[in-house]
Amino acid sequence: MVFILRRLVFYLVAAWVALTLNFFIPRLMPGNAVEAVMSKFPGILQPSAYRALEALLGVGHAGSLWHQYWAYLVDVSHFNLGVSSSQYPAQVSTLLGEAIPWTLTLVGTATIIAFVVGTALGIMAGWRYGGTLDRVLPGLMFLQAIPYFFFALILLEVFALKFHVFPVGQGYAGGLVPGWHWDFIGSAIYHSLLPALTIVLTSIAGWMLQMRNVMITTIGEDYVVAAQAKGLPNRRVIFTYAARNALLPQLQGFGLALGFVVSGALIMEIVFSYPGIGLLLLGAVSSDDFPLMQGIFLVITFTVLLANLIIDLVIVFADPRARAREVAR
Amino acid sequence: MTVTLPISVDPASLATEDAVPGRWRRMPTKAKVGAVVLGFFVLAAIIGPLVTPYDPSYQNPSPALSMAAPSAAHLLGTTETGQDVLSQLLIGIRLTLELAVIVGVVATALSVIVGVAAAFLGGIWDELLSLVSNVFLVIPSLPLLIILLGYLPQKGQLATIAVLSGLGWPWGARVIRAQTLAIRNRDFISAARETGEKTWRILAFEIVPNEVSLIAASFVNTVLYAIGASVALAFIGLADLNSWSLGTILYWAEGQQALQLGAWWWFVPPGLAVALMGAGLVLLNTGIDELGNPRLRDASSASRIAGRWLRPTDPTPVLQEVQQRRTGLAGFLHSFSRSSLLDQSQAGDTL
Repeated sequence: MVFILRRLVFYLVAAWVALTLNFFIPRLMPGNAVEAVMSKFPGILQPSAYRALEALLGVGHAGSLWHQYWAYLVDVSHFNLGVSSSQYPAQVSTLLGEAIPWTLTLVGTATIIAFVVGTALGIMAGWRYGGTLDRVLPGLMFLQAIPYFFFALILLEVFALKFHVFPVGQGYAGGLVPGWHWDFIGSAIYHSLLPALTIVLTSIAGWMLQMRNVMITTIGEDYVVAAQAKGLPNRRVIFTYAARNALLPQLQGFGLALGFVVSGALIMEIVFSYPGIGLLLLGAVSSDDFPLMQGIFLVITFTVLLANLIIDLVIVFADPRARAREVAR
Repeated sequence: MTVTLPISVDPASLATEDAVPGRWRRMPTKAKVGAVVLGFFVLAAIIGPLVTPYDPSYQNPSPALSMAAPSAAHLLGTTETGQDVLSQLLIGIRLTLELAVIVGVVATALSVIVGVAAAFLGGIWDELLSLVSNVFLVIPSLPLLIILLGYLPQKGQLATIAVLSGLGWPWGARVIRAQTLAIRNRDFISAARETGEKTWRILAFEIVPNEVSLIAASFVNTVLYAIGASVALAFIGLADLNSWSLGTILYWAEGQQALQLGAWWWFVPPGLAVALMGAGLVLLNTGIDELGNPRLRDASSASRIAGRWLRPTDPTPVLQEVQQRRTGLAGFLHSFSRSSLLDQSQAGDTL
């Protein structure tokens, strides 16, 4: 429990830092959300609307900084993230609520698949070191170096435009009403295959390479040699002795790389016009919709922090040392 | 029965290998490939802008040159507005690489300062600096970059460099801190302290030189991050869209529906350039890793000894093990060779 509690405190600090950055960046930077909205409707919005807009967008500078900060924290805790300036009367939290399920399903599933498959391949490559899998690694590393969105463009060009195997972007076929019926779910799955393939192919090499390297180092340890010398079956040596230990740094690496992978996946959504957070982000950026941008930043950060906490729980489960520390105390 | 292994090391050949070309030859293949690919792009970045066939921003009004396929006049075709893609690409490689290298230098310097300071000062400073770097490691950087750049009024090269450097140091700092902690208590540091060396001198001349390989790896990683992040940011429009970097070319290509209109020459070359630069850096980094940790070297560094692939880190082979398994025709042919005399197949085992 001590380990988990310490990590929990760390994530709370990280969340607080993110919230505070989110509060101070707009106040330190020269740009202005209100002026962005005003310039969108020249002539329609009178200068007198300035104050009202400020209050509405939650960027009003009324009261002391400390007072504003407190009001901001209270707002965020009620999921009140202000009003989007590009899709004007819509609440940021409503827009996020519509986009999150799409992204969470697609990016979440694809990332987990990539991690599991990549780790399994890494175990094999590390064990059969110098084998066939090792020889394809440079090719996979090339895939890893390709920007997600560019790889997405290529896949779209080949599979959707040339061969018409997959649909060209969007989250579901036009004309369907989103809901829990098979037409819609089937269409949504069909439309998510190519984006998912992009994420898996571009991120798998990283997990594989990392696992292979840790695995090779672990195999050199005396206890693995001893296990082999005892004549244990290979499968037992690989999974119970080598891979289980090699998995711990791999999981930690997963937590740290998650933010990067998710960010890349978001940019990729833009290419596919996938109705998730990434597309929302593009809209926010291109129309200077600061409240929406900040809301997206908070949502992504909190999701990544939560995922890291879950990973820590898995580490405690997998690593007796993390549990033993509390006994020792 | 004592048999020597059929490998001979000629002392003369070892001596010559210490010359510089020998060092290059002994580098892992991956590092060599990476260095060559990167060298190509560095050359392109230096020479490219001098030899661009056209002004990259010049919009040729001729309707025939709107999204024209590659031809002799325009080697990589033209954009929607008749701009020459090759010229844009050459300038773009320069701008992107320039940005990435500057970010690499600044962010790596920051991470060395923070990492060494945390490990060397210890106590509350260490706790504080480690906490800050861990927090910034776990907060996803791209969304933060986006709001930072979004609020900046000018989104030029300088703003991007500042923002990317400001968020690119935590990973390196963490690695360098760990390494500094490991060597802080070594004898040579204590010796330096005993002889009355000043702290800054110990840091600059004893500790940092011992971390050069780590700093190099951290630099390569940071350059990789800077390329990826700057291209992604430009792709969503957070850059000076009137300048030509690889990301802005992709931004315009995507915005003008180059993909849907089949103008592959517009978006494939810049994307491929990014991918190749990235792959070169990844290969270089893996090569540096392998140089430091021979275990990681792949099959290419293994040498074939008596028909079995052996890696440098394998235990010295026992002859019994070295005997190869030959079956069928290969075994039959082998029985005519001189090395078959070394076989112990008369012992009765059917290998």
